[in-house]
Amino acid sequence: MGLLDKQFDDGNIVLTSVEGVLNWARLCSLWQMSFGLACCAIEMMAASASHNDIMRFGVLPRPSPRQCDVMIVAGTVTLKMATRVKRLYEQMAEPRYVVSMGSCSNCGGPYWEHGYHVLKGVDRVVPVDVYVPGCPPRPEALLEGWMRLQEKVRDFSLVKKNNGTA
Amino acid sequence: MSETLEALQEDIAAGRLQTDELVLNMGPQHPSTHGVLRLELVLDGEAVVKVIPHLGYLHRCFEKHAEAMTYPQVIPYTDRMDYLAAMNNNHGYALAVERLMGIEVPERVEYIRIIMAELQRIASHLVAIGTFGMDIGAFTPFLYCFRDREYILDIFERTCGARLLYNYMWVGGLSHDVHDGFEKDVAEFIRKFRPTIKEVNDLLNYNKIFIERTANVGVLPPDVAISYGCSGPMLRGSGVDFDLRRDDPYSIYDRFDWEVCVGKGDAGTVGDCWDRHMVRVWEMEQSCNIIEQALESFPEGDITEAIPKRIRPPKGEIYTRVENPRGELGYYVISDGSQNPFRVKARGPSFVNLSVIDEISRGHLIADIVAILGSVDIVLGEVDR
Amino acid sequence: MIMEHKEIFDHLTALFPETGLEFDEDVPCIVVPPAAIRDVSLQVRDDEMLQFDFLMCLSGVDNADGTLGVVYHLHSVPLGHKLTLKVIVPADNPHLQSVERVWRTADWHEREAYDLVGMVFDGHRDLRRILNPYDWEGHPLRKDYEVPEFYNGMKVPY
Repeated sequence: MGLLDKQFDDGNIVLTSVEGVLNWARLCSLWQMSFGLACCAIEMMAASASHNDIMRFGVLPRPSPRQCDVMIVAGTVTLKMATRVKRLYEQMAEPRYVVSMGSCSNCGGPYWEHGYHVLKGVDRVVPVDVYVPGCPPRPEALLEGWMRLQEKVRDFSLVKKNNGTA
Repeated sequence: MSETLEALQEDIAAGRLQTDELVLNMGPQHPSTHGVLRLELVLDGEAVVKVIPHLGYLHRCFEKHAEAMTYPQVIPYTDRMDYLAAMNNNHGYALAVERLMGIEVPERVEYIRIIMAELQRIASHLVAIGTFGMDIGAFTPFLYCFRDREYILDIFERTCGARLLYNYMWVGGLSHDVHDGFEKDVAEFIRKFRPTIKEVNDLLNYNKIFIERTANVGVLPPDVAISYGCSGPMLRGSGVDFDLRRDDPYSIYDRFDWEVCVGKGDAGTVGDCWDRHMVRVWEMEQSCNIIEQALESFPEGDITEAIPKRIRPPKGEIYTRVENPRGELGYYVISDGSQNPFRVKARGPSFVNLSVIDEISRGHLIADIVAILGSVDIVLGEVDR
Repeated sequence: MIMEHKEIFDHLTALFPETGLEFDEDVPCIVVPPAAIRDVSLQVRDDEMLQFDFLMCLSGVDNADGTLGVVYHLHSVPLGHKLTLKVIVPADNPHLQSVERVWRTADWHEREAYDLVGMVFDGHRDLRRILNPYDWEGHPLRKDYEVPEFYNGMKVPY
């Protein structure tokens, strides 16, 4: 279903649903919290640079968790850092999303076997919406993950019980 | 209670006003700490009295992994320590194991290693310069630097398939031979890159605001630098003429002719933030010179002929050091004759360079701490390993 | 003038005759008793012929035979020669003198060796963990280390 259900001849009136407009506005301006931890942070910075411009998706990097919608956990989460990740996630205002970028935050990455100080996947402390695989994922992979997140936001509903994809 | 501003200033000067120290936390999540570093600042007003760094937020147990993996399997883990200079990390480890086993690599491998290491040095310094400018407040040089870095990453990707973490320099050789047209690509990049250094100079380095924010800030005297074990641009920015590639040469660096860049205090004092920053800018140009000289005498050959079938160094130990873009990267490898190392200790230059931050930040303002941290150029993967 | 390890060893034995320095040829390095490392360090830093002012690396090692070792790799910036010193301590009483005041590099390196391997440096002004959390238990780089099951409510193994 498109955004505009019906368009009248007089171009100033369009008919759509509240959810359609709200979700469209949200997905075009998802502000990200710059939370780069390790090597994936460099690819996240490269995604913000001019070659693969993430700002054309409406993304603005904000330093404070209170002002952002998405937290991209880019890099290895250690046990020392995990409590801080949880605290930052709790400081974000709803609706909030988490993108787990890279193998280390997906599942522990190359450190899964002998890493005594590595948290094997950030989904042990915060709920994750999109997992972007790679070590490190290319900036294009992050953009693909971003578009999947946008699909998720597009299907979000305040009223329906089954919110988009489960 | 003083009524006028003059009376208040007199009270402060005479010590009659009771003030307290404030402890401020520049937490692990901060836009200017270049990663997950926690700095506890003890402040007297706006001036810093003491800086207490808290590390370990990225401690990924590299040394425990090195004891559990075989020698070639450790190489991807060395990539991830200093993720901005992965080629140089690989180089150091490969050299250490080759010296333990007594392997001589072919000429072509040496030349390719030097070219890759110097290209990686340029890429790493571009990130350092771009993010330093961004911390100070100048956003445009960041975009220019990342644009040029993409050219280097394209060359790396065509050769070995990866943009950031390569696993390229193996013990005794390389994982892939260079692609067809490598020499043309590299020469083309050098030709396109030299004007960028001039652009960054015009935009950032000789900009009045930049100089006012970085000159005379964070002055590191040379004897303090040596006592704290600083190396790389931090040491050379303080005026000490020491470069591992010339003074303790490894690989074939002794065949090339280039200048060691030393800070001279042109903008303020010798050893301030501006000096360290300019050493990096000058080093990029010297790296271009080394690459051009290497391309002139680039030999043919087979890169896999010296790679051993089974890597089991004899019982022994060795300490090898290479010149990382951040300083001296040392690997202390102990072998007990089996196929897993007994102990690998990586001495990261950022770990050692960061320890001096308390000493050089006394008396500066909070905004200067950001400038000092940017000029030290740390990578947390190396600090915490 | 660049000196070799054997020459440095002879020079130091002449200055510290009672201390019991040993020379290990295979490595090569000089093995120093734990109680004497501070005096030997001061000597190698300040001596005119040695001038080892740069501590390249201080590593803690678990020798897997009941002893722990500390290895000091030194370098002289003005003269250009290198030296390796080793100290061996028993694992059940791993105390040795700190050289933190001799080379300021050793401050953080000793904290790391204490954190990961577990030797205690007497005389260090601020010996606490540096890489692992402050309430971590155990010394991870020991050969008999076991990974804990939970830390603060988070499951540690995969």
